[in-house]
Amino acid sequence: MSGLNIADVSFDYGAKRALDGVSLTAEPGRFTALLGPNGAGKSTLFALISGLIATRRGRVLVEGFDIATNPRAALSRLGIVFQAQTLDLDLTVRHNLRYFGALHGMSGKELDHRIDAAMDRLDMRDRLAERAAELNGGHRRRMEIARALLHRPSVLVLDEPTVGLDVASRMAITRHVHDLAADEGLAVFWATHLVDEIADGDHLVLLHKGRVLAAGQAGALRGQVPLNDWFLGQTRVPA
Amino acid sequence: MSYRIALTAITLRELRRFLSQRGRFFAALVRPLVWLVVFAAGFRAALGLSIIPPYQTYITYEVYITPGLCGMILLFAGMQNALSLVYDREMGTMRLLLSSPLPRPFILFAKLFAGTVVAVAQVYAFLAVAVLIGVDIPLAGLVFILPALILSGMMLGSLGLLLSATISRLENFAGVMNFVIFPMFFLSTALYPLWKMAESSPLLRDICAVNPFSHAVELIRFALYGQIAPVALLVVLGCGAVFFALAVFFYDPRRGLQRSKA
Repeated sequence: MSGLNIADVSFDYGAKRALDGVSLTAEPGRFTALLGPNGAGKSTLFALISGLIATRRGRVLVEGFDIATNPRAALSRLGIVFQAQTLDLDLTVRHNLRYFGALHGMSGKELDHRIDAAMDRLDMRDRLAERAAELNGGHRRRMEIARALLHRPSVLVLDEPTVGLDVASRMAITRHVHDLAADEGLAVFWATHLVDEIADGDHLVLLHKGRVLAAGQAGALRGQVPLNDWFLGQTRVPA
Repeated sequence: MSYRIALTAITLRELRRFLSQRGRFFAALVRPLVWLVVFAAGFRAALGLSIIPPYQTYITYEVYITPGLCGMILLFAGMQNALSLVYDREMGTMRLLLSSPLPRPFILFAKLFAGTVVAVAQVYAFLAVAVLIGVDIPLAGLVFILPALILSGMMLGSLGLLLSATISRLENFAGVMNFVIFPMFFLSTALYPLWKMAESSPLLRDICAVNPFSHAVELIRFALYGQIAPVALLVVLGCGAVFFALAVFFYDPRRGLQRSKA
């Protein structure tokens, strides 16, 4: 089994049900968008996928490895970009990347090669010696995406990665990650509440109040109506 | 191999961050120095100290409280470090760590170790100033205390992690100051020897005698004179192991997660 598979996952915070029987798949080479309004359960799902909290019911599989029973194999195949920024702003870009590489068991020349290559791809190699604080929001995000790919995972998950960015950076990053899925064969799983980040060819999973309301190709799901109208129609609260 | 790489990286990161924050460095240095210079000067006159092991001659009060102040640095740093592991201040970096393919007990151990290394660096900075201003401590002792400082720092850090992982009221540093740091520090052998405590109250003396922080201070005090305090060593090792095991058991990253959502 490849990519990311989530099977019948439920999760409660005390008496409040955050996720209710969620099943979905993110396949290699495809951009899978998890669309949902705030409070739909996206962040809880991400905490489960990244092993931060343990699944009580259901299974999360990364490339066939269960995060609950085989976390090390699952996590080493998973690249994660968190919603909150997780860079050390006081440290240089290179130190940030080296730190992450070391957590994944990499060191020395091999790690430095990968860092140089990753930053070349982003045209940011000349900024390796700068403090992360000196990068703008868009560059920090790009760097976090590059960092999440340093250990060459086959699944890349991103939790609302464009929050707080200007329109140009948002579009550039959305395009960049679409390319990663198409060109590198990554299984991309991208959570968002912004419909303009989703292309018609993407796989779309609509999450609302902890349940999957719809799943399928975005273009087919929306039919003739704009995606935004479709989204609002699906998630409208009956008055 | 991958554990060593990760431990080194986590420790280096902590040191780099500490060194890049000059303000934190000076704050950490000023607190014990104020105690040493101001408090000890006032107390010197009020408190007569007889010769007790490991001392072989009459000592000034400054010399007596120097190991206690080393312990105080470790105590403050350990609590601060532990709190940041549980609550949102370091939530982002903790997420990065917890989602790496490293076992959770190792991650917590590595974070405590890194925090301890930074705290030990603060202790040495303090001791350097203490020597410069003329406090009479044996220079060879500066080497001997290193293992004692690391063991004590790990024990106090584990205690801090255990407390902040289990007691929901200890959400901020002020709470920890009032309910953990001050009682532990004052009810210990850091400021007065046990016999001096006993003069005022046998109960206070008993509390001091069982306080693990007293044992950390005594371990450091004897190490400074090239001696091993066996009981203190056992207590520090035993408490450290128990505190750490319990802290790993109770640590739940959701605490920080829920709080940052609220």
